[in-house]
Amino acid sequence: MRLLPLLWSNLRRRRIRTLFTLLSIAVAFILFGYLLAIEAAFSMGVELLGNERLVVIHRVSLIQLLPISYQERMRQVDGVVDVCHQTWFGGIYQDPKNFFMQIPVDAECHLRMFPEFKLPADQRAAWLADRQGAIVGRATADRFGWKVGDRIPLQATIWRKKDDSSNWEFNLRGIYDADTPGTDTSQFFFHYTYFDESRLFGEGQIGWYYVRIADPSQAPQMAERIDALFANSPAETKTTTEKAFAQAFAKQVGDIGLIVRSILGAVFFTILLVAGNTMAQSVRERTSELAVLKTLGFTDRRLLVLVLAESCLIAVAGGLIGLGVAWLLISRGDPTGGALPGFFLPTRALAAGLAAVLGLGIVAGIFPAIRAMRLQIVDALRRV
Amino acid sequence: MHPWRTLVQSVAVTLVNIRTLPARLGPSAVAVVGMAGVVGVLVAVLSMAEGFRATMANTGAADTVIVMRAGSDSEMTSILMREDIDIVSDAEEIARTPSGPLASAELFVIVDLIKASTGTVANAPLRGVEPVAFGVRQVRIVEGRMFVPGRNEVVVGRAARGEYRGLTVGSTLRVGQSDWAVVGAFDAGGTVPDSELWCDANVLGPLYQRGSSRQAVYAKLRSPDAFTALKDRLTTDPRAKLMVMREREYYESQSRFVYSLITGLGTIIALLMGIGAVFAAVNTMYSAVASRTREIATLRALGFGGLPVMLSVLAESMLLALAGGAIGAAAAYLFFNGYQAATMNWQSMSTIGFAFRVTPRLLANGLAYALVLGLVGGLLPAIRAARLPVVVALREL
Repeated sequence: MRLLPLLWSNLRRRRIRTLFTLLSIAVAFILFGYLLAIEAAFSMGVELLGNERLVVIHRVSLIQLLPISYQERMRQVDGVVDVCHQTWFGGIYQDPKNFFMQIPVDAECHLRMFPEFKLPADQRAAWLADRQGAIVGRATADRFGWKVGDRIPLQATIWRKKDDSSNWEFNLRGIYDADTPGTDTSQFFFHYTYFDESRLFGEGQIGWYYVRIADPSQAPQMAERIDALFANSPAETKTTTEKAFAQAFAKQVGDIGLIVRSILGAVFFTILLVAGNTMAQSVRERTSELAVLKTLGFTDRRLLVLVLAESCLIAVAGGLIGLGVAWLLISRGDPTGGALPGFFLPTRALAAGLAAVLGLGIVAGIFPAIRAMRLQIVDALRRV
Repeated sequence: MHPWRTLVQSVAVTLVNIRTLPARLGPSAVAVVGMAGVVGVLVAVLSMAEGFRATMANTGAADTVIVMRAGSDSEMTSILMREDIDIVSDAEEIARTPSGPLASAELFVIVDLIKASTGTVANAPLRGVEPVAFGVRQVRIVEGRMFVPGRNEVVVGRAARGEYRGLTVGSTLRVGQSDWAVVGAFDAGGTVPDSELWCDANVLGPLYQRGSSRQAVYAKLRSPDAFTALKDRLTTDPRAKLMVMREREYYESQSRFVYSLITGLGTIIALLMGIGAVFAAVNTMYSAVASRTREIATLRALGFGGLPVMLSVLAESMLLALAGGAIGAAAAYLFFNGYQAATMNWQSMSTIGFAFRVTPRLLANGLAYALVLGLVGGLLPAIRAARLPVVVALREL
């Protein structure tokens, strides 16, 4: 503790240098936060998903439809708790770039299947009562400034109505929230019954099923059992856990994780070099001072601690500022305007950031510190 | 001071600075490496976006068009009935050969294949075409042979062959309950079809319960100028709701989402890294000025002006930045130019292979960015150098 005043005056020795070193470290950690948020967004909330829900799609590909009759047949399977279906609607709201997912669902089944979506009780009742009603997540409602009661027109790209028009209209009856950050609240849900009665073709056909199972540890066996049910039928199925499904989907976008880690590697290497060099320089400048300290009776270990503490202090201060700013910026939401609905800073990233801060301080300071420790008083004092 | 003298003095001092660089190797190298990192990352990230766009935007010639149902945003969501297709192929703006019009009505679906690199499932685009498609689009068979109409045979694009398992010529591919023989490979010159599998539309149709409907018609025009006439004819035809686009424009529009996503995120990253690099440059130049305090004061005492001293510090800073930028840009070029990657084109939900492209424009932008960062980073230290009080500085050790 008695080292503190000494530490403080060392840092103030070249104030501008200390400031800029601190700022460059802060920037590195803003970048750190941003990159991990990007990675989290591209992994589409995989971490949040579990194995208690399975996704059943057509064996050939996601775009092939499945008959709605499968729902009852899957419900008969032992270990299946619930089965709900979803379908890709693919409508355009005003402009193609305003993309968000719209899905016709069986409302009550849907709310049971996804308890993570929080919908106020009155809005839930209003939605169930309105055939053309729809609900939307907070992210999309905020994006377009929608309020409950608004009429939402969508231009269908696939599903024409029986009168051959592509204009679908919905009444917004509710806005749902999610209590875990990173949960996708961009989707728009409306009644399957309205969808099925109104569409020109494809009656009784749905996109994919969600199946809730009683025992998540039995997921692989359950998936096999479901697929066996429809083997050798015209529409064979492929069942995976929701987590594996999202993972495979995210992998297709590319190895974002690898790109993020490469950039982070480049950034940290650079910052380490800069900070390390600054530390080395400031120790070099103080060679004679350190020799004086040693003469006064400072032990080798105390000098080591002094120099290391200095570099760690700069790293921690800069790192905390950086992570704080990153957190503030990221909590303002998706910078791309809708392309990355799950853009958030995971707690895990904050923890990794704190570890990286300390690591940076130690690695940057260790060589100058060892140098200071090994200093021979006589040599050091002889030098000018 | 006379401008000419200022210039001569600036050059003289800068040359002295450069000659003494080896004495300040450590800090200077740090600034150079920092800048190399920034420019390298910037160029690498943007070359990814550039490569993706080039693959998409080079697809199609000036005289090929795509016709879809009005209101659809991609082939995936379009549907054309037999009557619609006949309206298109009867149009007189479409080129003809003795065997018929150069128009191919196609189906576009995705099948789940296994990626060779990761072993995970990916959405591979499978296109059902008419044999005439090889005359409409710039695609030629480079291995094996064309599929025989009516048979379960596919030919695979060059990029697709490398991207997925089990697509070598001669192997058999199982999709759902049907087996397909891979009989040939084709080359589309690095454009979108390279990522696709092609088969006979008449075989694919029944398998996907599409009957005689198709999703899009690709056609060759009599001449590139016939586009407007064709567009007017088809969009005003009361019998059908059609939409006509040049093939190039269609694929260019399909690339917009991914392109703006990558460039947007890449720019944020490069800006942040740039700010960090400026701080590093400021530190380097401050210590360069500090270590030469006496030298600078001596120059001033000899009659050198403040401006030349300031300009020389700026020049040094920009030179270091330029060197760093050049190293970073060269590294990005060496490691990433031509690097093969694949991503999902979200507009059609299918995987597109592309090669990173480090273009001269990107290299120039990277170097320009480095120079700007060098200038900004050198500014404060330069002003400080110019303002050094001569007497105090000479006294300093």
